[in-house]
Amino acid sequence: MITALAFYVFAAVLIASAAMVVTSRNPVHSVLFLILAFFNAAALFLIAGAEFLAMILVIVYVGAVAVLFLFVVMMLDVDFTRMREGFQRYAPAGALVGGILFIELFSLLVWRYFDTGAEEPKAFPAPTNGVNNAEALGRILYTDYVYLFQAAGLVLLVAMIGAIVLTLRERPGTRRQDIAAQIARAGTVNLRSVPSGAGLARIGIERPPAPEEERQAAAGAIAHEGHGGHH
Amino acid sequence: MSWTLALPELVLAVAGLLILAVGVFPKRDTFFPASMAVIGALLLTAVLVLGQEEGTAFGGQYVSDSFSSFMKLLTILGGALGLLLALDWNEKEGLDRFEFSVLVLYATLGGMVMVSANDLMATYLGLELLSLPLYVIAAFNRDDARSSEAGLKYFVLGALASGLLLYGASLIYGFAGSTNFDRLAEALDTAQGASPGLVVGIVFVIAALAFKVSAVPFHMWTPDVYEGAPTPVTAFFAMAPKVAAIALLARVLLGPFGDVAAQWQQVMLLVSMGSMLLGAFAAIGQRNIKRLMAYSSIGHVGYALMGVAVASDEGLRGLLVYMAIYIVMNVGTFAVIVAMRRGGRAVEQVDDLAGLGRHDPAMAMWMAVFMFSMAGIPPLAGFFGKLYVFLAAVQGGFWVLATVGVLTSVVSAYYYLRIVKVMYFDQGAGALDRAPASLSVVMAGTGLFNLLFILWPAPMLAAAGAAAAALLT
Repeated sequence: MITALAFYVFAAVLIASAAMVVTSRNPVHSVLFLILAFFNAAALFLIAGAEFLAMILVIVYVGAVAVLFLFVVMMLDVDFTRMREGFQRYAPAGALVGGILFIELFSLLVWRYFDTGAEEPKAFPAPTNGVNNAEALGRILYTDYVYLFQAAGLVLLVAMIGAIVLTLRERPGTRRQDIAAQIARAGTVNLRSVPSGAGLARIGIERPPAPEEERQAAAGAIAHEGHGGHH
Repeated sequence: MSWTLALPELVLAVAGLLILAVGVFPKRDTFFPASMAVIGALLLTAVLVLGQEEGTAFGGQYVSDSFSSFMKLLTILGGALGLLLALDWNEKEGLDRFEFSVLVLYATLGGMVMVSANDLMATYLGLELLSLPLYVIAAFNRDDARSSEAGLKYFVLGALASGLLLYGASLIYGFAGSTNFDRLAEALDTAQGASPGLVVGIVFVIAALAFKVSAVPFHMWTPDVYEGAPTPVTAFFAMAPKVAAIALLARVLLGPFGDVAAQWQQVMLLVSMGSMLLGAFAAIGQRNIKRLMAYSSIGHVGYALMGVAVASDEGLRGLLVYMAIYIVMNVGTFAVIVAMRRGGRAVEQVDDLAGLGRHDPAMAMWMAVFMFSMAGIPPLAGFFGKLYVFLAAVQGGFWVLATVGVLTSVVSAYYYLRIVKVMYFDQGAGALDRAPASLSVVMAGTGLFNLLFILWPAPMLAAAGAAAAALLT
């Protein structure tokens, strides 16, 4: 009962957000609705007992693909009004493709309804020995296919090295914090123990000059001795 | 499951990770020490390969036999020598970043995975692990338009080849029911032979691998990529990837699909013949020596694939001998090309070699040795490479193939000997810079191998014979 209710809620939100992806005028809104659609689809996978697929959907599609879309939409100056110009011209072809897809899906349902002898669809052949399917996948991936798994990992590592090698440039003139050099600075900073409640002026602790003071000093060529924190 | 069987690969992969981890810390670039470490790791791996036991591991995805050991040693040799050629060049061209050596290491590892693959999935992953670093190092000189173009072209066409391989593999899996080579061999060991879908799958796999070895009709990327890539990278392209891909081609075709040889033999015959013809005729007009070497490598692949096309014990042995000798000739020739600098700038026209015979007699002599060897003039090593594949073709009754091979050798001798003529008889624009010591050593070593192979060919022939026997039983 609760499962059915959850299913209808998630499915309704999924369809609504999918419709919003296509219809909303602002592309940023489209991408945000796409993320909502992904989350709802992941929830449907969870209800169907495919928690591995659900997590993959969230991690890969929401975490990487949708964020990439968002970056592209926001960073690149794509003129969406110009992209929408051909809408009238391409609408019939789009409608045809959509229509064919719809008829195919519909006929599948009809065929399943009338063909009583057909096998039940095997949505998720559940693992037998009481483990969930993420664990079952892991057991195969890290034992039988560990060689291929590690090789795939190395391929990704090489892709990463390649991307860095080909794109990372050391820009001239950038400043980096050099902690060792900062610590090794001698004689420019001195520590004093200060009685509490005493003003700076009264106890005569050196302080860096205010900007206009410094300018006056330079103009008057007066030698200031003992200025700490000169920069 | 005995994962220790794959010890050479594991050691090399971990060594690569270590070099990468240590290499990122120092402020200064650590190209030279990192390259030395990579060459050391490759040598260690070679020792481990020599001591490797035979058998299969990881549920039959990995195989080790004397064929894989032979080809792995050649791949490692190609990788180590390619890096050795790059040492001086990369420093002079400002490409001395330590990632280069790590990428070469992983490309070599990918080649080893391919050579040891006993499963279509391992084949694919090995191919990708080999190809990805190659795309990157082709474009390594990223401020140079030609280098970037070479990397991009190779990447796009390489992705296409990967797609072809995967499509072929999926067809083979669909029609034969397994991706494992041993299971495939069992499935095909029946009276009815291969189904049409399976044959289509095999042809797709051949096309993808022919692309990687740059055989006709999948050669079109070769001249541009060879010309645009940094010269040591070009040298590496002509060695490790070719050995690995040819080894894989031989293992796939003669192993699981050995029983349906009649189905793929005519494809290989055409590929081999086309490569020999194109390599001989298209190189004649080339003035850029890197483009010339690209066409030359297409021709050499044609001769080597002759050994696969005849599908016999002798053919396979000829192929192995050919690849070993080809690697050595190629390293030597590219050592000369890498050393071609005038006034500190790299030059790459054939005419820039003019007058080399007077200015640098040693380098000119070695280059002449390599050119005679490539042309297949008798006392040199290159002759024996060709001899064994032609012999296998004649013994298998492939007279047309052998005749085309001999005739194209004669044609290709023209452009090899033209280089010798330019070096000794033409007036040049001035002396080239003195070759650095590392390149002179490589030239002398490979040159001596070419000269002296005739005195002591037995060990290599025996090793190649044993390797061929291991694959065909």
